[in-house]
Amino acid sequence: MSTDQFVQYLISGLTQGSIYALIGLGFTIIYAVTRIINFAQGEFVMLGGMLSFTLASSVGIPLIPAIILAVLIAAAVGAIMYVLAIRTARGASVVSLIIITIGAAIFLRGVAGQIWGVNFVRPPFFSGDKSISFLGAYIHPQALWIIGTMVVVTIILHLFLSYTMVGKALKACAINPVASSLVGINPKTMALIAFVLAAAVGGIGGVVMAPLIMTSYTVGVMLGLKGFVAAAIGGFKSPIAAVVGGILLGVVESLAVAADWGPFSSAYKDAIALVVLLLILLIRSGRLAEEEMTS
Amino acid sequence: MLTKVKSKWNYLVIAALLVLLLLIPFEWFLGQYTHLAIFIGIYTIVTVGLCLLMGYTGQVSLGQAAFFGMGAYVSAILSKTYGVNPWLAMFIAAVMTGAFAYFIGYPIFRLKGNYLAMATLGLGLIMWILFRQLVQYTGGPDGMVGIPYLSIGGFVFDTSFKRYFLIWFFCLVILLISQNIVRSRTGRALRAIHGSEAAAESLGINVDQFKVKILALSAVYASLAGSLYVHHLRFVSPQSFDFLASVKLVVMAVIGGLASVWGAIFGSGTTHVLSEVLRKAGEWDIIIYGLILMLIMIFMPGGLFVKLKEIFERLRLRYRQRGVEP
Repeated sequence: MSTDQFVQYLISGLTQGSIYALIGLGFTIIYAVTRIINFAQGEFVMLGGMLSFTLASSVGIPLIPAIILAVLIAAAVGAIMYVLAIRTARGASVVSLIIITIGAAIFLRGVAGQIWGVNFVRPPFFSGDKSISFLGAYIHPQALWIIGTMVVVTIILHLFLSYTMVGKALKACAINPVASSLVGINPKTMALIAFVLAAAVGGIGGVVMAPLIMTSYTVGVMLGLKGFVAAAIGGFKSPIAAVVGGILLGVVESLAVAADWGPFSSAYKDAIALVVLLLILLIRSGRLAEEEMTS
Repeated sequence: MLTKVKSKWNYLVIAALLVLLLLIPFEWFLGQYTHLAIFIGIYTIVTVGLCLLMGYTGQVSLGQAAFFGMGAYVSAILSKTYGVNPWLAMFIAAVMTGAFAYFIGYPIFRLKGNYLAMATLGLGLIMWILFRQLVQYTGGPDGMVGIPYLSIGGFVFDTSFKRYFLIWFFCLVILLISQNIVRSRTGRALRAIHGSEAAAESLGINVDQFKVKILALSAVYASLAGSLYVHHLRFVSPQSFDFLASVKLVVMAVIGGLASVWGAIFGSGTTHVLSEVLRKAGEWDIIIYGLILMLIMIFMPGGLFVKLKEIFERLRLRYRQRGVEP
């Protein structure tokens, strides 16, 4: 492999990784605050992409308001999901909560299938289709948008969690819900905020990714899984860790496909992430079991 | 007295159901639904395994369709490509799938709750990708056609009518075996594990081993169902074993009342009848499945079948009290 090709694969890995990172952020936020793995996280990404397509291409709203509206709707869906499905299941076991979020996921997927049909769609590019030459490789402007958006979202999220009252309350609730409720933080409100944030971040991921890699109502499952892998590499600890996990996964996937040897080929691209997932879970299983016990 | 009445009732219900089962495939009765009833039987077998795993033992599997698919593909490949006797192929498939489940069981059950769910989901998807990508063996996304029928001596199961009885025979035998397991020492151990693993362990139950064995058993059930499936349809494609297939199996188990062996028929039946009805109105089924999963888990975590039984019992008690009082 020449250096040019290597850079090319690295860029594509970074782009994919940024998408995984955005999804992983959502998993991390919800898990930190509520100890729930939201199996519907990938569906927010799907919604973001599909909504931006409908609003921008079919309804004909200018791109920027269309994007904002798409993200807001995705966030609203996150809020509705929390209020109707999660909060009503008070005291439900982990298994029940898993099944509830899966129910929500396939419900959203089914509704999207009814609304948008089975075809893949492509919303308009943010700034044209002309690739930029970079170190002998080419980079699509939309890829720059994806990477840039991921960086900006991560920074904003970090600042929000560190310097605002609500953000600090979220952090406190993540560390110890009982203690934080003693100082007047309502864990339910925090959980609602976590779901809205996660859905919005997922929606943003969908909006920026859809023009480059196209989207359909079925993309949620695989993207959700990849995002989960990102969050799992990061150990569900901090947003930054999830981002690092996402980028790592994206690059590993891209280089494995580049190797094009035996099972390392584009046919098995998705399987590579899944194997990484299993390895991480098994390597960490001892510590994860401890965490589940204490939480 | 109450138990006696109850058992009399149970026998009546079971007898009625058996007569119904026996009559379904006849043309003058519900003959046109034989195909549907066959699928209900096949999926009941998978669901029972999932009920044992999820309901009794409290372990999630979001990849059960992978075991189902392994049974289906091993049977299909051995009997069609290599000309192995279908019964032998079925047996080999079950042994292979069971052994596979047994070996992955130990590492995978070091995980719990959320992580276990994700790991099984990942495993299921890996198998699905393999079914699609190992084109030279599996035929890839297009699948395989022309898989031979099962036969005994010169008697070939070449009509739906014949296969209906074969498949429901398997289904009932597996239900009876499962019921025996549930009522045995093993069943009590499983429920203890569900209640509290630490407590079960302290009573001398080897928690890990029980979990792994039940996983292997559920995998064998799924594999048998998969074999019956391919020898019935004579066709197999990866679509039947994707993520949604695994979720549908969970839907069946959840409707069937997770902790109820006979509820599996109810779960599989309801789901299939629902799909059949909804197919005519467009592909609404996964929306309804999503709603069902959420509603049942929020309002009746024991499962729909168990809740219905509870309601029935309560009504009967009230009726009896009214009968005594005046």
